[in-house]
Amino acid sequence: MEWETVIGLEIHAQLSTKSKIFSSASTEFGQTPNSQACAVDLGLPGVLPVLNVEAVNKAIKFGLAVNAHINQRNIFDRKNYFYPDLPKGYQISQMDLPIVGEGEIEITVDEATKVVGVTRAHLEEDAGKSVHDMFNEYTAVDLNRAGTPLLEIVSEPDMRSAKEAVAYAKKIHALVQYIGICDGNMQEGSFRCDANVSIRPMGQEKLGTRAELKNINSFKFLERAINLEVERQQDILEEGGEVVQETRLYDAVKHQTRSMRSKEEANDYRYFPDPDLLPVEISNELLVSIKADLPELPVEKKARFITQLGLNEYDADVLTSQKSLADYFEVMLESNEKNAKLCANWVMGELSASLNKHQLEIEESPVVAAALAQLVARIGDDTISGKIAKDVFKAMWEGEGSADEIIESKGLKQMTDTGAIEAIVDEIIANNAPQVEQFKSGNEKILGFFVGQAMKATQGKANPKLLNELLRSKLN
Amino acid sequence: MSLSEAQVTQIAYLARLSLSDDELQDNTKDLNDILGLAEQLGAIETDDIEPMAHPLHMTQRLRADVVTEIDQSELFQSIAPKTGNGHYLVPTVIE
Amino acid sequence: MSIHTKTIAQLAQGLKDKEFSSVEITQHYLDRIKQSDLNAFVTVTDELAMAQAQAADDKIASGGASILTGIPYAHKDIFCTQGVKTSAGSKMLDNFISPYDATVSHQLNQADLVMLGKANMDEFAMGSSNENSFYGAVKNPWDKSKIPGGSSGGSAAAVAGGLSCFATGTDTGGSIRQPASLCGITGLKPTYGRVSRYGMIAYASSLDQAGPMTKTAQDAAIVLNAMAGFDDKDSTSAEQVVPDYTANLNDSIKGLTIGLPKEFFSDGLDDGVATQVMNAVKEFEAMGAIVKEITLPNSAYAIPTYYIVAPCECSSNLSRMDGVRYGHRCDNPKDLEDLYLRSRSEGFGAEVKRRIMIGAYALSAGYYDAYYLKAQKTRHLISDDFKKAFAEVDVIMGPVSPTTAFDLGSVKDPVSMYLADIYTLSANLAGLPGMSIPAGFSNKLPVGLQLIGNYWSESKLLNIAHQFQQQTDWHTKTPEEG
Repeated sequence: MEWETVIGLEIHAQLSTKSKIFSSASTEFGQTPNSQACAVDLGLPGVLPVLNVEAVNKAIKFGLAVNAHINQRNIFDRKNYFYPDLPKGYQISQMDLPIVGEGEIEITVDEATKVVGVTRAHLEEDAGKSVHDMFNEYTAVDLNRAGTPLLEIVSEPDMRSAKEAVAYAKKIHALVQYIGICDGNMQEGSFRCDANVSIRPMGQEKLGTRAELKNINSFKFLERAINLEVERQQDILEEGGEVVQETRLYDAVKHQTRSMRSKEEANDYRYFPDPDLLPVEISNELLVSIKADLPELPVEKKARFITQLGLNEYDADVLTSQKSLADYFEVMLESNEKNAKLCANWVMGELSASLNKHQLEIEESPVVAAALAQLVARIGDDTISGKIAKDVFKAMWEGEGSADEIIESKGLKQMTDTGAIEAIVDEIIANNAPQVEQFKSGNEKILGFFVGQAMKATQGKANPKLLNELLRSKLN
Repeated sequence: MSLSEAQVTQIAYLARLSLSDDELQDNTKDLNDILGLAEQLGAIETDDIEPMAHPLHMTQRLRADVVTEIDQSELFQSIAPKTGNGHYLVPTVIE
Repeated sequence: MSIHTKTIAQLAQGLKDKEFSSVEITQHYLDRIKQSDLNAFVTVTDELAMAQAQAADDKIASGGASILTGIPYAHKDIFCTQGVKTSAGSKMLDNFISPYDATVSHQLNQADLVMLGKANMDEFAMGSSNENSFYGAVKNPWDKSKIPGGSSGGSAAAVAGGLSCFATGTDTGGSIRQPASLCGITGLKPTYGRVSRYGMIAYASSLDQAGPMTKTAQDAAIVLNAMAGFDDKDSTSAEQVVPDYTANLNDSIKGLTIGLPKEFFSDGLDDGVATQVMNAVKEFEAMGAIVKEITLPNSAYAIPTYYIVAPCECSSNLSRMDGVRYGHRCDNPKDLEDLYLRSRSEGFGAEVKRRIMIGAYALSAGYYDAYYLKAQKTRHLISDDFKKAFAEVDVIMGPVSPTTAFDLGSVKDPVSMYLADIYTLSANLAGLPGMSIPAGFSNKLPVGLQLIGNYWSESKLLNIAHQFQQQTDWHTKTPEEG
């Protein structure tokens, strides 16, 4: 039987506020355990929550960026359950009236674009962390993370493959960084994905029973975990079994998923409006001002790269896929407006290849944008050829200096002195009579031989365009 | 609508309470009596009535995003039943 | 007149005139507490009190004193007090030394008051008789075989029994007004949002409100001046100007329109109580007030509404009591479930467990609409009844409690106990201010008159109460004489 995969994602993005969503404790990552858990975060008797304005503003930013409806009156609810990393015995979240309503975002997979629906996005507080391997008989609880603001972004079940799910997750990941609401650090858990995966016979309308995959901390694992789950469900259904609705934990080391919280069905979260918090009201004025302050969104930037810089669709898409990449490219453009295509080629070519090879993020590149911009400028003004530029780039990567310093110290400047090149051309023609004859009898290809000889004689520094012109005129 | 002892046991568990046999019996009776009281509300027509979660028609005030809390973990942990390495300790949780 | 029968105003005058020092009056109260068998206190903070009294005397000597400087009071054990046990009347918090101060505690410290100790109360403020305290029942100073009312029973007994000049209380369904009524003192529950709830251990967050329990309306005004105000730590606290509540006490109440809800005078109201309440109303008429019968048609539904809403909120509010970060933890838990189940089952008393379970059930899947949502809607209807009433009258009057104080241990069935809250619950559901003032005796036990005002009308209520107390002397009666 042919199966169709249906995937919806729940993304938890930690909002990059200084203080927590309901308390004035710091949200800084990696501090001494419990040093940032204040009375409110600890849920001491009598404490009360007060909502952080920045958490609200950042959620609105996201909503506007995905063209979503903003619920100008939204409500905080309590989700009740017991767990050691949940100090109050309930999580403050939003159930019936989330701050962000329906929106959408466009993804591209294998050059096909598709719109994925965003069902909703709501504000909630993060839980603390349980450490299971510190003590033999105890689980240790660190509540520094408790109360960190989260935006839970829920998608429609619109994705049909792991690849689409990854494309969507990456799009959201890029977007939250573009608009400055989340640092996107997946290692530190600032951006976490849960995937709801189900399969159904191709053509069937009714959705199959879904499993929720948790604990996925990279896009690579997201793709793997989904594919693994699809296989598992196919095996079950093809053997005549039934998929159970459950939460499954992805284990990246063992590359497997395992069922967790078998008592899931016994969970009854008893949501109700939090009586300690009042309805949040968002004015039209606030919406207008946040909209006005919104930075250029990836989709807008992409359009501008195409129309203003003349980049093709693919290049524009790649360059805007990550904020850091687009930022790098735009710094290069500052001094290279007319070499946009050349800049794009270098970022997507040499630079990306080197970063990949050394497993570095673009922020960690030893060649910063301004430095690469100088190198591209030297190609643009004919100081060096593209071929020589690759050698200069390698030297720059190794830390040998700036493009200009390396060109100077290694004497790589192109020869543009017509007289000097003419003398070399004359000498080559004089010394290679048979090849001259071949050219004259119509063998155009032999021109390459002369170019090669001339480049050899000038250590590659002859301006290729000038050299070609001279050779042709002399040989004819 | 009447609650059975089995249901009361389940409700108690939801609230993480365990009841002795006597307590279970007493609570089943009491809970049914109290819910019987609540059944009176069924007599009121409320279809077009907005639920009222707060007594005042106020909206949420927002706090500036400023860190003002200092590390008081030592004080807070001095009243904790069990701590170690600056953490709160609970019996091992198996996920 | 002995020290413990003096009002705040009288003590303040005596302190100013150097008739006595704060140390002396504090010692006087501490001695009385030591000799008392009312069980009004969970904790007596003698050393702290004497230090505060000394500091107050220094301040008085240096001329920086206010009217509250050096006045001894009892603080309900529901308010967090830094460095002092804050038990909320529960075994769960028997070992809880609060690491922080409630906003109210902070405000009272700022006013240079002297805290004698933490007053006994029904566990987590759940109760109407003060028999639900882990620390034992409190006795009514008028008759020690009777209950003092609850949940602020320790506070009421302390004031009525001359163990403190005044006390703080909290009122979720009548917990200030009912014990004030049964102990013959003055109690004020302000408008919801008037006094900060930060650091006041939550029972039902949308209903809880703190207020003063005093000998007179004038004292209540003086204490409310110190307690009221906006608090940026409490989202439900109102950004509303705090007037000087003593400013209008002497205004004339001629022409005041009093509404008597007919539902408050129907079956179930004890005859002796009804007589005293009507006598008080007549006194107001004599003072120039106009009396009107009104109707609060949904007030009968206040009991079922309240006993759904409050348990729902408390079931969630008390989930934090889990034996992990503070409070009672069972011995040698074998696993996490065991830790939760035993810590909570050992730590909570029967009434608290009952309300937690009612709430957990009323919020659970499949029952939410029938119970919680339904109750939120009837709450709206109850609130609307008042809106209509206050379009016609300035103040609503009636009994506080259907009977005078009953015998300790006599009411065992929870529903019967809940029914006694009939007249006080609706003010909490609507968020309105209410008072109880002494209005006479029935069978030698105090009867309170309830005043319910419109939102933010505390000044008016205090004015009405003060005027009544200018004409009557019920508030000056003390158990020794009675």
